Amino acid sequence: MSQGVLVWVEQFKGKPQAASWEALGQARTLAGGGPVTAAVFGQGVETVAQEAIRRGADRVLVADDATLADYRFEPFVALLAQIVREHQPAIVLAAATIAGREVLAGAAAEIGAGLLTDVTDLSLEGGKLQAVRPVLGGKVLSVEAITGDGPQFATLRPRAFPAPEPDPSRSGEIVAVAPVLAEDAIASKVEAMQEVTGTISLTDATIIVSGGRGVGGPEGFDPVRELAEALGGAVGASRAAVDAGWIPYEHQVGQTGKVVSPDLYIAAGISGAIQHQAGMRTAKVIVAINKDPEAPIFKLARYGIVGDLFEVLPALTAEVRKRLG
Amino acid sequence: MHVVVVTKNTPDTAATVTVKGDGTIDWGDSLVVNPWDEYAITEAVLLKEAHSGKATVLTVGTDEHQEALKHGLAIGCDQAIRVWDGALDGCDSLGYAEAVAAAIRKLGDVDLVIFGRELADIATDQHVYQVARKLGWTMLGYVAKIQALDVAARSITVNRLTEYGTQTVRSTLPAVISVVKDINEPKYPTFIGIRKAAKAEIPVWSAADLGLDAAALQPRTQQLRYQELPKREGTVEIIEGATAQEKAAKLIDRLIEEKVL
Repeated sequence: MSQGVLVWVEQFKGKPQAASWEALGQARTLAGGGPVTAAVFGQGVETVAQEAIRRGADRVLVADDATLADYRFEPFVALLAQIVREHQPAIVLAAATIAGREVLAGAAAEIGAGLLTDVTDLSLEGGKLQAVRPVLGGKVLSVEAITGDGPQFATLRPRAFPAPEPDPSRSGEIVAVAPVLAEDAIASKVEAMQEVTGTISLTDATIIVSGGRGVGGPEGFDPVRELAEALGGAVGASRAAVDAGWIPYEHQVGQTGKVVSPDLYIAAGISGAIQHQAGMRTAKVIVAINKDPEAPIFKLARYGIVGDLFEVLPALTAEVRKRLG
Repeated sequence: MHVVVVTKNTPDTAATVTVKGDGTIDWGDSLVVNPWDEYAITEAVLLKEAHSGKATVLTVGTDEHQEALKHGLAIGCDQAIRVWDGALDGCDSLGYAEAVAAAIRKLGDVDLVIFGRELADIATDQHVYQVARKLGWTMLGYVAKIQALDVAARSITVNRLTEYGTQTVRSTLPAVISVVKDINEPKYPTFIGIRKAAKAEIPVWSAADLGLDAAALQPRTQQLRYQELPKREGTVEIIEGATAQEKAAKLIDRLIEEKVL
């Protein structure tokens, strides 16, 4: 008899992926009174397991092993599939990060389970998961449901669901599990990892400052970066700025870049093409700074400043610094 | 070396879409190659040229997807194959992955399978990873650069873009990769390429040709209906002021009131 909800909690070098807690919070809601189990794979991940309990897990399955130190598809998929077969949870959730999408899709394929990817709303209708997903470049919403029997899989778009606050009084059980694949059975080897240092990842950021064609060149991103830094936010960009070679692709927000949902999105010198909107329209508050009062971005924005971003951005940076003391 | 690129047509993302009263969408008839696949198809052609190999462009779908295959042929793929069968109508990502994996097995000598990062219409990438799992091959997703490909040594080394940085991974072949737009500058078809593609006979493989079992094609998920996006509340408030400093101060006040700062 299948029961309870299993959440794959992602971590990188012992640091939990914040969006995993959002999935854990949703698991608590969907489980009703049933058990919520977290699964943590990595090396040296004891503190992640403990935090999973404080965030709502009743039990944490921990696979702590050198073969799991870096994310790789084969060992992670094989282990999650084995855990699902053994524990038969009713529902399996994860954050819809790159690894989360891969691991759940791979395990669902192995088990023959239905999977709903990158959902922004999730409910149970007659015991089956029903989800809302933005499709067609974020222009419409699709309502989809699991129809098959057995464990039901879903990945949750980061920042679409609230994260539960840690509760230090919660207790739970930590259970060690062994990896499925030995190193010599894994075809891929991680040779290097060039970490993003000193910057906040777009997916996690609560504040994003983005620049577009209006910044005019690579040095035009300096005032964008300074404001982002003053606000403790991340730097984004439109496709036009990336295609012009002014800033690397990993900063691109939009249909062919990243989809983000920060609390605050400041678009500077971005006209707001539909493809850009697809990446940022779920931001809580959008601010548009543009010389052209007719720019489509103003239709989406909550606040607008019509003006030169090279005057407005430094003024905002100065104001933020002044208020922070 | 044999590289297979998997593609399909998707509605033009620049087109306006409206949801009808019954929750269906008029997708319009302006279908284009899935934007992400332009990079995947280009990469397949670049690799086959660099390694004197063969590139196959593959789709699973109705003849609506013929144009994606012709696009592949026009920019340099050697052959195109379409998989379709009534039994695939209504299948979900698992059935789709089953069909792609079966076609790749039937081709037999495939070293590398390339996908674009995701499908622009249904906004998902799950089928990519499911193909890798069904083949039992390694999956290297979000590849921004192929550092090295040594077919004789059965080895590929790639840079993957992740949320945490750039991961360099080496794997044995065969493998499945998905590519992001950093990987190349998409090739565009030449006049001669288009002429050649127009004349190409594209074989259609059925479920029986692939030995697909009807049970494996049963959907586990169902699309119920479409909805319009919720309208964003209110209209824009333009912050006025004599100077940039005055506007900045007013905006910061508003953002503090909104509790986003």
